Amino acid sequence: MATLLEFRDVSKRYGNDTLALSHVSFSVNEGELVSIIGPSGAGKSTLLRCINRLIEATSGEVIFDKTNVQQLSKGKLRALRTKIGMIFQSYNLVDRLSVFENVLHGRLGYKPAFVGALGLYHESEKKQALEILKSLGLEDQVYKRCDQLSGGQKQRVGIARALVQEPRMLLADEPIASLDPSSSKTIMDHLRHISTSLGITVLVNLHQLDIALNYADRIIGVSQGKVVFDGLPSELTDETIRTIYGADSEELNLNIPESKEVARKI
Amino acid sequence: MKHDLLYRKKAQSLVILLILVVIAYLAMIITQFNIFQSLVSIPKAIVWSVTNFYPNASALTKIPDIWSRLQETLLISIAAASVASVFAFVFALFGSRVTEVNRILALISRFVANVFRNIDVSIWALVLLFSFGQSSLTGYFALFVASFGFLTRAFMETIDEVGADSVEALRATGASYASIVFQAVLPMSVPQLISWVLFMIETNIRSATLVGILTGSGIGFIFDLYYKGMDYHSASLVVLSIVLSILITEWISNYVRRAML
Ligand SMILES: Nc1ncnc2c1ncn2[C@@H]1O[C@H](COP(=O)(O)OP(=O)(O)OP(=O)(O)O)[C@@H](O)[C@H]1O
Ligand SMILES: [Mg+2]
Repeated sequence: MATLLEFRDVSKRYGNDTLALSHVSFSVNEGELVSIIGPSGAGKSTLLRCINRLIEATSGEVIFDKTNVQQLSKGKLRALRTKIGMIFQSYNLVDRLSVFENVLHGRLGYKPAFVGALGLYHESEKKQALEILKSLGLEDQVYKRCDQLSGGQKQRVGIARALVQEPRMLLADEPIASLDPSSSKTIMDHLRHISTSLGITVLVNLHQLDIALNYADRIIGVSQGKVVFDGLPSELTDETIRTIYGADSEELNLNIPESKEVARKI
Repeated sequence: MKHDLLYRKKAQSLVILLILVVIAYLAMIITQFNIFQSLVSIPKAIVWSVTNFYPNASALTKIPDIWSRLQETLLISIAAASVASVFAFVFALFGSRVTEVNRILALISRFVANVFRNIDVSIWALVLLFSFGQSSLTGYFALFVASFGFLTRAFMETIDEVGADSVEALRATGASYASIVFQAVLPMSVPQLISWVLFMIETNIRSATLVGILTGSGIGFIFDLYYKGMDYHSASLVVLSIVLSILITEWISNYVRRAML
């Protein structure tokens, strides 16, 4: 399968002493659902944001679809970002606008400045947005203001906004960290579907190891800015889990053998 | 140990209190301010106010004059706040961490906002007097500059507080700067921005009296005129009209704030 994304020796330093990413190298194939796991402060969010340059890497190369992301000019970077959807732990919607308007924001990257500023969209774009909302089960919420939605609904709006971009890749930064188990399952099922049926590559940061084991094609373990594991869920041993989570692993109270059973069944 | 600490704290407070008393006493000696005399004169002041400082029949004939000056003041206060808000929004965009375009521009706009904000409106009035002379234009500029400084700062904080998440999301979609501002920053912050502008209008009406005395315009001018002409009855009517208009604007802006939520 073709490689869509590649990190080559990427490092990120904040200020003088925080090394958030240290010589990170890995690659992601087209259509894969890869989960990045690791303890708080490991550098997961930083890693994800280096892909669409919301954060600038300090050194190394990020290659997306054969282009070196770091060398893109401003205009080219905008074009690249349209191809990479992103969803967030806190949903990051414009709460005071309607669901529909928020979803259409996914089209802004394709528009010249003043058309986007005025919020002018084609009929075809609106139709597309409605279809995506319907596929996510939000057809009754279309004209509601986003601050009236539940967390799970907000995250689905976030997914709709990303999908309307027609992306090749979806980045998800702890998409279920603020959700209850049942909403979490809905969101993860949607991500799985996006990867399997739509062929969109999904890179998802997760706190919950059992969910990562259940849903991911591949797992990348990050600890203190370094990739310490890169392999199939079934290859993850108790020992590697302990290297990833360090001293935290006992506190996490992970029921690892059980979740691995589940992973094998899938 | 604990008792020791508590005791030390109490002793510290006592020393600070003592120092304050000494400073106050020295200041009184230096300025020859006699506290007993001033206390004794309070009843006298009240008696004077009651007998002189109230609107009488002849003061009521001045209502049209006062009303036209009050109108001028209100319009200048509103115009200064609303025009300043447009400039303040642009500077706040450049100065906010969330929407800054580049660091140098951000530092410049933060610096400008700080300088303008930390100079009181009365000082602006005095400074501008030299360039524009005594006119309502001077009053307008003084209020404008002070409003600009305050609003830039307030808007910046609003954008920082309210916009970060949705700005990040729109940036990730590849949206242009203008799209981000009009589709995320404005919708998210507009209630608070309007709230600040209303607050600024109230503040401006309050300071317009002082600025008017200095620049010879608006309601402050007419107060000064009556006061110096020892027409205390008319002057009291001016004060009354200022208090009333402040109460009314406050009531209107509270109403607007509630309607927006
Ligand atoms: N803007 C920043 N400035 C300075 N240091 C930062 C900044 N953002 C992150 N860091 C630091 O970089 C390291 C990695 O942070 P990052 O947010 O990528 O971790 P994370 O794995 O996403 O953690 P979490 O699971 O808590 O979200 C942390 O030590 C953090 O304190
Ligand atoms: Mg994070």
